[in-house]
This record gives sequence, C-alpha cells and structure tokens, in this order.
Amino acid sequence: MTDFVQLVVAGLATGAIYALAAVGFTLLWQASQTINFAQGEFVMLPAFFALAAMKWLGLSFSLAALLAITLAVLVLGVMFKTIIVDPLIRQGVLPLVISTIALGIFLKDGVKDLYSAEAHSFPTILPDRLIDLAGVKVSMAQLGVLAVALGTIAALSWFLAATRTGRQMQATAQNATVARILGVNVERMILYTFLINAALAAVASLLISPIYLAKFSSGETLGLAAFVAAIVGGFNQVRGAIVGGLVVGVIDNLAAAYVSTAYRQAVPLCLLVLIILFRPQGLLGRKEQRAV
Amino acid sequence: MRSPRLALAVVVLAGLLLVLAPVDLTGFGIPYPGLRRYGTYILTLWLVTAVAAMGVNLIVGYAGQETLAQAAFLGIGAYTTALMTQAGLPFAASLLVSGLVAFLVGVVLGFPALRVQRHYLAFVTLAFSVFVWLVIRNEEWLTGGVSGFANIRRPSLFGISLRPAHSFYWFALAITAVLTFAMWWLLRSPWGRAFTALRENPLRAESLGVDVRTYTLLAFAIGSAYGGFAGALYAPLVEFIDPAPFALGPSLLYLLMVVIGGAGSFVGPFIGAGIAVLLPEWLRFAEGHYLIIYAVLVMLMMAFCPTGIVGLLARLFASGPRAPAPGKPRVLEEAKT
Repeated sequence: MTDFVQLVVAGLATGAIYALAAVGFTLLWQASQTINFAQGEFVMLPAFFALAAMKWLGLSFSLAALLAITLAVLVLGVMFKTIIVDPLIRQGVLPLVISTIALGIFLKDGVKDLYSAEAHSFPTILPDRLIDLAGVKVSMAQLGVLAVALGTIAALSWFLAATRTGRQMQATAQNATVARILGVNVERMILYTFLINAALAAVASLLISPIYLAKFSSGETLGLAAFVAAIVGGFNQVRGAIVGGLVVGVIDNLAAAYVSTAYRQAVPLCLLVLIILFRPQGLLGRKEQRAV
Repeated sequence: MRSPRLALAVVVLAGLLLVLAPVDLTGFGIPYPGLRRYGTYILTLWLVTAVAAMGVNLIVGYAGQETLAQAAFLGIGAYTTALMTQAGLPFAASLLVSGLVAFLVGVVLGFPALRVQRHYLAFVTLAFSVFVWLVIRNEEWLTGGVSGFANIRRPSLFGISLRPAHSFYWFALAITAVLTFAMWWLLRSPWGRAFTALRENPLRAESLGVDVRTYTLLAFAIGSAYGGFAGALYAPLVEFIDPAPFALGPSLLYLLMVVIGGAGSFVGPFIGAGIAVLLPEWLRFAEGHYLIIYAVLVMLMMAFCPTGIVGLLARLFASGPRAPAPGKPRVLEEAKT
C-alpha cells in the first residue's frame, strides 16, 4: 500500500510536468490552430540552455534556470511564431504540421551535434531526500516538482480567469472574429499564447530533466506524453490538459511498476486508443462543431 | 502533362533509362560505364523508398490525413519477410503476406483514429510507431532484438539467383513498376476519384454520398500496405535488419519526403524519395549534420513553396517563357493530320 502511494505521488509529479506541456500545446491549438509537433523538443531544449549556461558561462543553477526560461521565451516563443508560424498560417494546416516536424528534427539533431549525444544529469530544485508523511515515505524532490508545476498552473489559471489580458486571450481562443470586433488586440493575444507556451515548456524542462536526465532524444517520449495528455483530457480544454497530464503520469508510473518496464512507453498508446474509442471528446472536453 | 501520348512517351523513356541504368553501354558506342555495385544499391534503395512514399502520398496527398508510422509498417513488412524467408517459404508469399499484414494492422489502427477529427490519426500513428519499435527491440525470441536479423537471403526467380546487385535491382524495379501501375489505376478508378473529392472538401463529399470514413480508412490501410511491400523488398536488399530504420525518426522522414516532393501529385513521392536517398550522399562533407540541413530545407520549402518540388517546377514553367495556351497546339496537330 505504501508502495502504491509512493508510486502515485511520483506519478502525480511527472504528470504535473506533462500537464505543463499539454496546457501549452492546448493553448496554442486554441489560439492559432497551431499543432506543434515539436512540443516534445520544446520541453527537451531549455534544460540544455541551462546546462550550457552553467558549463560555458559558469553561472549558478538558479541564474542558469532563469536564463534558460528567458531564452526559451525568446527562441521557442517569439522566434517560433515570427519565423515558422506566421509565414505558414495562411498556407493551411499541413505545411505547418510538416514545418513543426522539421523543427523538431532540427532541434533534436542540433542539440546532439552542437552540445552532446549523451544523457546529462541535471540538478534538482529540492534535495532528493525522503521524508515521512503520515507513514508514507515521499521524496522531497518529487514534492518540490509537484509544488512548482501545480503552482505554475494555478498562476496561469488565475491569469487567464482574473486579469483583463487573460480574459482577452480566452476570448481570442473562443472566437477571434468576435474578439476583434470587441476591440481585443488579437495578434497580441496570440503572441502572448506563444510566450506562455514557451515559458511552460521551459518550466517543464527544468522539472523533468532531473527525473529522466537531459538527453537530445527525450523529446519523443515527452511530446507523446503531452499529446496523449491533451487528447485524454479534451483537446479544447485547458482544465482537460491538466487532468490528462496527471492521469497519464500516474498510469505511466503504475504500469512501469506493475506491468512491465520494457513496455512502459506503450501505455500512452493504449490509453489513447481507449479514450478515442469510448470518449473521443476527452475526459473534460466538449464536442467541436464542423463547418462546411 | 496534358496529353496522354506525351505522358506515355515520358513513362516509357524513364522506364528504359531505369532498366539500362546499371548496364555498361560503352560496347554500344555510348560513353556510359553503367552503375557500379554501390550506385545500384542506392538506386534500389530509391525504389524501395519510393514504394513506401507512394503509400504515404495516398494517405497524405489524397486522403488528407497524416501518418507518422510508415517506417513502422516497413518494419512489419521487413520482419515478416525475414521470418518467412528463414522458415523457407518463397519470397512471393512473404511479399504478399507482408502487404496483407500491414493492411490489416492499418485497418485496426485507423478504425478508432478516423472516427474522430483530423490529426487524431497523426497522434495514434505516432504512438504506434513507438509501440512497434518497442516490440522489435524487446521481443528478442522473435526479432533478435537490438542485434537484429543477419543473413536474410535474397530470393531467386525461375532458378536465377538474385544475389548480384544488378539482378536484385531489376527484380525490385519490376515489383515497383507493378505497384506503381496499381496505384495509378487505383487513383484513376471512380473509387480513387472519390479521394480527390474528399481532400478538397470532406463534408461536401460526404453529402454527395461518399462514405468518408470508409474511404479514408481504406486509403490509410492501402498506404500502409505499400509500407509493408517496401519493407518486404528492404529486408533482402540490405540483408540485415535491426530496429533503427523502423523507429519514429525515419517515419517522420517519410512524411517529410512526400510533402517535399509534392503531396497529391503522382510523381511527387518519386522525387521526394530521390532527395531523401541522395541527400545523405551529397551532403557527405557535412558529416553528421545532414539532418539539420535537411530540416532547414524543409522549413524553407514549406514557407516559400508548400506544394513541394512538383509545385515549384510547375510554377517555374508557368512563369518562364510564355508557352502557347494548352489545348491549342493539339487542335493544330489534329488539323494537320
């Protein structure tokens, strides 16, 4: 039983990180119909920004982490939008899909060739010490991850629901035309979405890398987890992406312990197929209307 | 290519050049020494890649879906063929079974994904290619795991061994020709034309009585079967298979090459496959960096010419020296005869 609780806590910790990536993915989809197939690489890259800052600039971890988030917002937010998405958004969906896939390959092989092909250990925010919580031993590092990830999501939810800019962003996501008529600066709101996605990916990157190591190829698994989380929760719902992320994280950890470590990565596929078969709009999603 | 006669002439000429590519023609007064062993291998690899790319083109260019698992279907075909050849079964049987298995897996995989909205197939195939890779890597009793399968025998035809590179090339060329003709026939049939309607406007096609879901599902399954056929040719070509060429990365490259060549055009996959096979050879000087260069080229291509190389060529010819209006010369020709 204590094993089970520990596994669930560990699962919630990784799940909260998946949720960060999935929320960013969902926000991008809502605001600009951009399906970002490089989302996994977006989560892989910022950890290497931090590693490079520590190695080449000799910065401390906290400074390197701040620098990584700033760089991520500039590169994966501003540059991604202006260089990749903006010229392509009018060409239809397929070219943008292809371009983000190519971007994923570019980032992955870029890190491999320019930094290293090895897996790198990564500092944790809280020390990896076991503490006793009502008879269950829980790792401090995991609790730290959970706190930071849920805190980030809570801050984002507050921003979207309670601030003027946040509500303008929601309006843009729901109906850009009406939002524009009501005087919302739609272009600016879409830019904010890209910035938020990049920042979320950076936070996810800094949190996941101590757990699974920083490696150029880790984007594949991370991306898959984020996509599955988004679909399981409901493609068009930020709340759904949070729930989806947590569900995927917990199931992933339980399957690794009780089913088979070799097939751990296959669990998202099973979950995905089950959800699509029995609840295609996702756990919290609502059905989308189609237009002729 | 508006006129069918011109198209036929081009096809015959291309076929002739392909058949003669490995032959030493210096004896006939033509200064062409023929392709060596490695050149023939690369050309055969191009054929195999083109077969798989044709399948992707049916799914992406005609049915308007995205598949991220073509390499996984190649793997299914390659391992099926390797296992069946090892059991002493004839190659023809393994080729057919490889295609059939890929087709059936395609149906099973596509059925749930295509019930929902666009892009779901992309995610399901993404997860599936990770799954296939895991199976190939973990089930050592069946696939040999990471160490792979060595010594896959090349088949023999009517008692002639296809072990030499040139013989196997001609064999692969014949199979590719048959598969190409089958695809051409499929796309020209009323059944195939429904795809075009589907791609242009799925909802309107549906209201006109096209069963969108069934057609898309069959397109995905047939496209995946082409991946299986390609895998069945790939295994005896390289004579050694391991999990690496069937992972997610290569699957992504199949999708990219089809769009680069020109999705939805018949020759697009051949051009795209040619680039994908030759680029690593051309970019030898860049050593390991060729994927980075390729990715940048793809992104540039999508920004400036999303219709691929076929679209680029069409645009170049359209804006070049003004050609006489299509249709007019033919009338003149007919008047002369």
